Amino acid sequence: MTSQPDEGGLGRRGLLGVGAAAPFLAPRQAAAQPAPPSLPLKERPDMTLTLHINGKAHPLTLDPRVTLLDALREHLALTGAKKGCDQGQCGACTVLLDGHRVLSCLTLAAMAEGKEVTTIEGLAGADGALHPMQQAFLDHDAFQCGYCTPGQIMSAIGCVQEGHAEKPEQIREYMSGNLCRCAAYPNIVEAIQAAKPQMGRA
Amino acid sequence: MRPFSYERVPDQAAVRRGVPQSATSRAAPVPTMLLAGGTTLLDLMKLDVLRPERVLDINTLAPKLSAIEADAQGLRLGALARMAAVADDAAVRREFPVVAESLMLAASGQIRNMASLGGNVLQRTRCSYFRDVSYAACNKRNPGSGCAALDGYNRLHAVLGTSEQCIASYPGDFAQALIALDAVVEIEGPQGARRIPFAELHRQPGDRPDVETTLNPGEMIAGFAIPAGPWARRSRYVKVRDRESYAFAAASAAVALDLDGDKVRQARIALGGVATVPWRATAAEAALAGQVLDEASAERAAEAAFRDAKTHGENDYKPELGRRTLVRALLEAKRMEIA
Repeated sequence: MTSQPDEGGLGRRGLLGVGAAAPFLAPRQAAAQPAPPSLPLKERPDMTLTLHINGKAHPLTLDPRVTLLDALREHLALTGAKKGCDQGQCGACTVLLDGHRVLSCLTLAAMAEGKEVTTIEGLAGADGALHPMQQAFLDHDAFQCGYCTPGQIMSAIGCVQEGHAEKPEQIREYMSGNLCRCAAYPNIVEAIQAAKPQMGRA
Repeated sequence: MRPFSYERVPDQAAVRRGVPQSATSRAAPVPTMLLAGGTTLLDLMKLDVLRPERVLDINTLAPKLSAIEADAQGLRLGALARMAAVADDAAVRREFPVVAESLMLAASGQIRNMASLGGNVLQRTRCSYFRDVSYAACNKRNPGSGCAALDGYNRLHAVLGTSEQCIASYPGDFAQALIALDAVVEIEGPQGARRIPFAELHRQPGDRPDVETTLNPGEMIAGFAIPAGPWARRSRYVKVRDRESYAFAAASAAVALDLDGDKVRQARIALGGVATVPWRATAAEAALAGQVLDEASAERAAEAAFRDAKTHGENDYKPELGRRTLVRALLEAKRMEIA
């Protein structure tokens, strides 16, 4: 979906584009977007930027207000990162930025330019083999509804790579930015402990 | 979120030239805010509390402003060093434990990777009337409109340094470590560079709760210098909150002790979660000087720290919680084994 040209030039954005928003859209983007929400009237021009996500470069034309989370979900159809609270309190939107876990809801897309973004979609190998953390979440039943899971897994990878997954208490402390309303916490801690030795560095 | 223009600051010289000046119109400066980690700014822009028309991303300065340097003189921290980098630094943890602990006990792993030190000390209060624009009365957000917290939900509000205009508590943790250790703030701006004691950075609300710091228009924090001293290694941050992790302090205490056996040569004490600004508890420090540190003397010091506390109903519990937090911090610091 991300790069499929729309033959008729009538992507949903083109049809729904309202007011002053439409003239700022580059033709390529107008065709490429999957159903963004209608944008408010613009007083300032969009900006062009390139995001490097999961090893691929994505040129984008965006309103400066667009967060990294909305760029991923609404403009690139990478809907793995979830919008929970949208104000930095739940961790569902966690992605890696140059290997460090961050909240994509409190990061402007523009701030991610020049950095490597890794999302849940970028974890599995080319052959479809799951990342050890993904497999461990399955093996340890570390979720119920699954909504927080992409953020939990990205945060867990960051936690292990930072060296903060030595003991269960330390995992609980350093994973406190990821809420799970199903309360799968004990199994999440077990999954992280199991995945840690299988990851490259601890 | 309201529309804004986004620019990256090209270099530090641009900051010295004056950040609030619009590139196009000198006559009418555009409301401008600096963007570092974004964890406060973007949050409050989404809530419509902050409404900059121009956002200047200063992360381009990170290579120059991210220092973490410990030497015989003390500790130098760049304003764009990330909380996590400082909290995990081996020298900081060994030589200035209260600094590392105050950072590590704040926020979450993700936010500590994002948030800068400069932004951290300037973070805004968590007062719900400040954060929710549907309340008309907030002297901090809307000067002269009143204070809804005085007779409202004020369980997490301040008991020290309050005024009739504002009882919002200062939310940060790191600032308590800085003020206890007599840190200096390095500031850059159109008038050049200057240094001030960290204790002079924040303003108590008084009649102008909307003016929170002594920074001049166009100035930014470039870094912090924390002097070395015999108290630095025996230092501790104790934070008490509604849940065990990822919450703002209900009460906290930063302490640093220079001991001669059981006797206190010098105690440095700051309190968090209970005051409108980073709060140095000088009366408590004086009460301990020359005393044998034990539970009784720690309690006397804690009594002195909260003598002027003023509560507003839901936060009546805070002086007692604050006192117990300080006693615990003092006794834990005393028990620390210093290499």
